[in-house]
Amino acid sequence: MQPGEPGSLCGWLTTAGEHSTLFLWGADRSAALLALRRGTSLAGRLGQLRGRSVLLIAKDQLAAGLALIELDGIARRIVLCPLDLREEHLPAVMKAAECDAIVSDRAATGPGCSEVTCYVTCTPTISPAEPQLRDDHQTEWILLTSGTTGLPKLVVHSLASLTAPIKPGTSAQVPAVWSTFYDIRRYGGLQIFLRAVTGGGSLVLSSPGEPTGDFLLRAGARGVTHISGTPSHWRGALMSPMARRISPRYIRLSGEIADQGILDHLRAVYPKADIAHAFASTEAGVAFEVGDERAGFPASLIAPRGGEVELRVEDGTLQIRSGRTASRYLGRPDDCLADANGFVDTGDMIAERDGRYYFIGRRDGVINVGGRKVHPEEVEAVINRHPSVYMSLVKARKNPMTGAIVVADVVPIGRPGTSDARARNEITRDEILQTCRRALAPYKVPAAIRFVTSLAVTASGKLARRQC
Amino acid sequence: MTVRHAIISEFEQVASEQAKKLAPLSDNLVLLDSGLDSLCFAIIVARLEDSLGFDPFSADEEEVDFPVTLGDFIRFYENAAR
Repeated sequence: MQPGEPGSLCGWLTTAGEHSTLFLWGADRSAALLALRRGTSLAGRLGQLRGRSVLLIAKDQLAAGLALIELDGIARRIVLCPLDLREEHLPAVMKAAECDAIVSDRAATGPGCSEVTCYVTCTPTISPAEPQLRDDHQTEWILLTSGTTGLPKLVVHSLASLTAPIKPGTSAQVPAVWSTFYDIRRYGGLQIFLRAVTGGGSLVLSSPGEPTGDFLLRAGARGVTHISGTPSHWRGALMSPMARRISPRYIRLSGEIADQGILDHLRAVYPKADIAHAFASTEAGVAFEVGDERAGFPASLIAPRGGEVELRVEDGTLQIRSGRTASRYLGRPDDCLADANGFVDTGDMIAERDGRYYFIGRRDGVINVGGRKVHPEEVEAVINRHPSVYMSLVKARKNPMTGAIVVADVVPIGRPGTSDARARNEITRDEILQTCRRALAPYKVPAAIRFVTSLAVTASGKLARRQC
Repeated sequence: MTVRHAIISEFEQVASEQAKKLAPLSDNLVLLDSGLDSLCFAIIVARLEDSLGFDPFSADEEEVDFPVTLGDFIRFYENAAR
């Protein structure tokens, strides 16, 4: 947080200029945020939540967004539950966060919730209410990691760490209309939500279960100017006939490796947009943004300097230290979020080539082919360069000779099932293999390629990878 | 295509892709002398699993002895196909 900036999210609404639009658009209703200056979406019960650790669990993103603005500076702690949080994890999450209040749009929540006596309903509508005095203390924002298995980790942020990557835009600009494929309760989505609220813009929210095409139509109808998602979100969007119904000024990718294939594809479809890919994680925060439309990032970013964000490479893995990182985990006394010097280990492996660092994959996602390591993402990046490929998933298959071998599932462009498509796929398969053989060591080249109509994407917008 | 044909065809295909000089194929050919390396065999097994629909190496819970000659290899697949 910069000096002079409001200490709470609600404070940003107070300072918002008259040019601000500040609308939150859900799938079937919207809210004018400036009404929150003298209004509430919590039925006037905000005062009861003062100083409490609040579990915010709402189906509706609009209701959740309004509650977030109200709760910041009032609650001691807000636990942001994404829609896909598994019910059986609720008791452990509530225990770790010492929750003593629940804010929800559901009549009944889930296991562990009945013991909490303070239960406040959040709504997607704003009714008049007297403004509440904001405390000086900083509310802790608790984000849950999107681990595919096991209990999510509870990551402690503050409004200061969350807004630190947001740089003020020029005031002369027309306020942005933001949108994101993400859930705003996830780090990537929350960044966009905060950019909208602190920048006097508006935000088109995604809606659970809504087909990508419908979401794009909605975003297009609201004149979206800035839109973010993971590369997998974007690959899904580009497969939709509605992709051209939006014409954003700014496209942002984060959460997964942005390979050259997706950057080029976006450029072709959105010739007027600035396309940037950001490196961010729930724990490390936003580290940097790359705007030159090339995969990877300039090696000059990793330099011994005391900048706002410091990057270093340890054993091939990217580590980050900045005021944007989370401070700690909740309920995990033995689990350090950062090392003694404050560096967060991202688990993302990078390699330098010609003055540029490229992401090669997750440290824990390596396929072992007879003792030689293969990062699936590195192979996918090569496959995705083929003009007939939307997306691909590289995975391990058990093998009697080498322990494991690399195979790939590929989603081709074009209508599947026709004999024409099958013939085209055969050509594509040969071309993909030739490209892989040119670009990769032999053990990294997929032994088999299967053409599929779609690939599973997790609730957090990432390609679903199953460990072999 | 018979199992035998599928196997011979994969040997030739993979040798060509991996730029290996394949020895003349006969049932007595010792696989280690075929000119193919372990990666080539790994690929052949993976491809045969896709084209034939099974992998005899994974079918058995117990340790499988890897076939020594091309004839062994073909019989191994033919037995599994029955």
